[in-house]
Amino acid sequence: MPTPKICGIETEYGIFVRGADMTPMMASSLIVNAYSDEGMALRAWDFAGEHPDNDARDGWRPEADYPEIEMLMANTVLTNGSRFYVDHAHPELSTPECRSVTDALLYDRAGEEILRTSMARANARLPDGVEIVLHKNNSDGKGNSYGCHENYLLSRQVPFGALASFITTHFVTRQVFTGAGKVGVECRRDGEERVPFQISQRADFFEEEVGLETTVRRPIVNTRDEPHCDPERWRRLHVIAGDANMSECATFLKVGTTALILSLIEDSCFPESLRIADPVTEIRRVSHDPSLSHAVTLSSGVTMRPLDVQHRLLEAVTAWFARLDDDPTDGDGERIISMWGTVLDLLDTGSDDAATMVDWVAKKRVFDALVERSSLHVVYDRMRAIDLQYHDMEPTRCLARRMGLRTLVDPDDVVRAVSEPPRDTRAFFRGECIRRWPRQVSAANWDSIVFDTGGPLLQRVPMMDPLKGTESHVADLLESVGSVSELLDALGHDSVEPVADDPGW
Amino acid sequence: MQERIRQPKTTSTDTSAPVETDSARHGESAEKIKSDIDDLLDEIDEVLESNAEEFVKNYVQKGGQ
Repeated sequence: MPTPKICGIETEYGIFVRGADMTPMMASSLIVNAYSDEGMALRAWDFAGEHPDNDARDGWRPEADYPEIEMLMANTVLTNGSRFYVDHAHPELSTPECRSVTDALLYDRAGEEILRTSMARANARLPDGVEIVLHKNNSDGKGNSYGCHENYLLSRQVPFGALASFITTHFVTRQVFTGAGKVGVECRRDGEERVPFQISQRADFFEEEVGLETTVRRPIVNTRDEPHCDPERWRRLHVIAGDANMSECATFLKVGTTALILSLIEDSCFPESLRIADPVTEIRRVSHDPSLSHAVTLSSGVTMRPLDVQHRLLEAVTAWFARLDDDPTDGDGERIISMWGTVLDLLDTGSDDAATMVDWVAKKRVFDALVERSSLHVVYDRMRAIDLQYHDMEPTRCLARRMGLRTLVDPDDVVRAVSEPPRDTRAFFRGECIRRWPRQVSAANWDSIVFDTGGPLLQRVPMMDPLKGTESHVADLLESVGSVSELLDALGHDSVEPVADDPGW
Repeated sequence: MQERIRQPKTTSTDTSAPVETDSARHGESAEKIKSDIDDLLDEIDEVLESNAEEFVKNYVQKGGQ
């Protein structure tokens, strides 16, 4: 019986300042603060419980360059349950915990709107001729990458080694529909061919199969063991091997197919014969072959095209899903399976319609048309410019908006999701408390909220179960209390922990 | 920079259940597909930053996660 696939997406945005000499840290702070200055965010993050150096492999404590926790940079929590902050040199938005894949897509889209609003507000404050430009991409084309990470709730009982080896097959081959496309190759290996266009923004940056790092020697499977919930019951798979997508279909499929395959692994139904022999080499080879004809070598020695691996995974998921009583994706399962089959068929037949669902195909269609008009050498610089502007967050410049991509999300729902949290996870309690009592919420993080009631000690309310604190659990309670003190009284002493030490916010 | 807001010509909104292949598109002639991509290239020409290639050269990011 698989765990409900609570999921979320973290996106680091590319940031560039036109017309002024400003560090990306400063520009990112301007972006995040432009939002919180309008009172739409709480400017405090509670770092208790953050352990990016914890490794999921038992007893494994390597010398690893895990990211340092930056406590002094702008760091906010929004009324929709998101975290919006400066991660080193990029503005990052982490969606709230979502119960369904539909919601993960919705809150990813809401995140884009939040960044657009911040960009407009920040730019209105800058002198004429100075402008901050944001991109939802993963690479500058010069060897520097920044991530779009996904997170999935899993049972703690799943052995990590098997999990890592099975899900790697999906990460290597799902690129055929999750890739955002990129002109050229970065971090080229010895003897590797130059290719003018590749499937993924991110594939060039993976050097290990499994590991703790996220900024150097990036692994296909990240072992960060920081569940942000009860560690006895769950783990959180922190996925760093994915592209940020402009296509809503691609985001839906990226999260949806991964959520279903992780559930399949939890149920011990993964087709083990699909393990890939050398994933670090294959993730690049698959990305470097937009003809999709490169066959990956499986551990058994059999070779198989990535599309055929995906067809096998789809068959396994379809058969397993038909036997399930409860959909771990909360009702999205059939839609994921149907859209997954559609996109694989479109890619397999080389249909032009794949360009309405898949970012890299939409980009490549333009690339091919340009090459047809002129030589590769002549169009290369122009194509790099189109490649970059595809991801521009400024709506009139954004080229992805002009490519005829199908949309799945109702724009009215996006407007609502910018300010309101999901109703069916603990994000509801977090977002509602920040909306109702912005001055009494001292800080928040994924698994707790700290309140200041005016008494001698701050009071922390732990939220170690991501499925508690939902609208059905707490809406009536929140409506019935007139103050934070009444709320804490109503929750009872067992639900509240005094914070003894000054956390220094 | 001279830019004007234009609605994308071909975006469709699908709020219903599964995405189905748009059967109407299967009947499209090669000429129609070519004309669509020509229109798209013209539209990109209109909105691509005038100094786009310079912008690409200067676009350097700090590595992130």
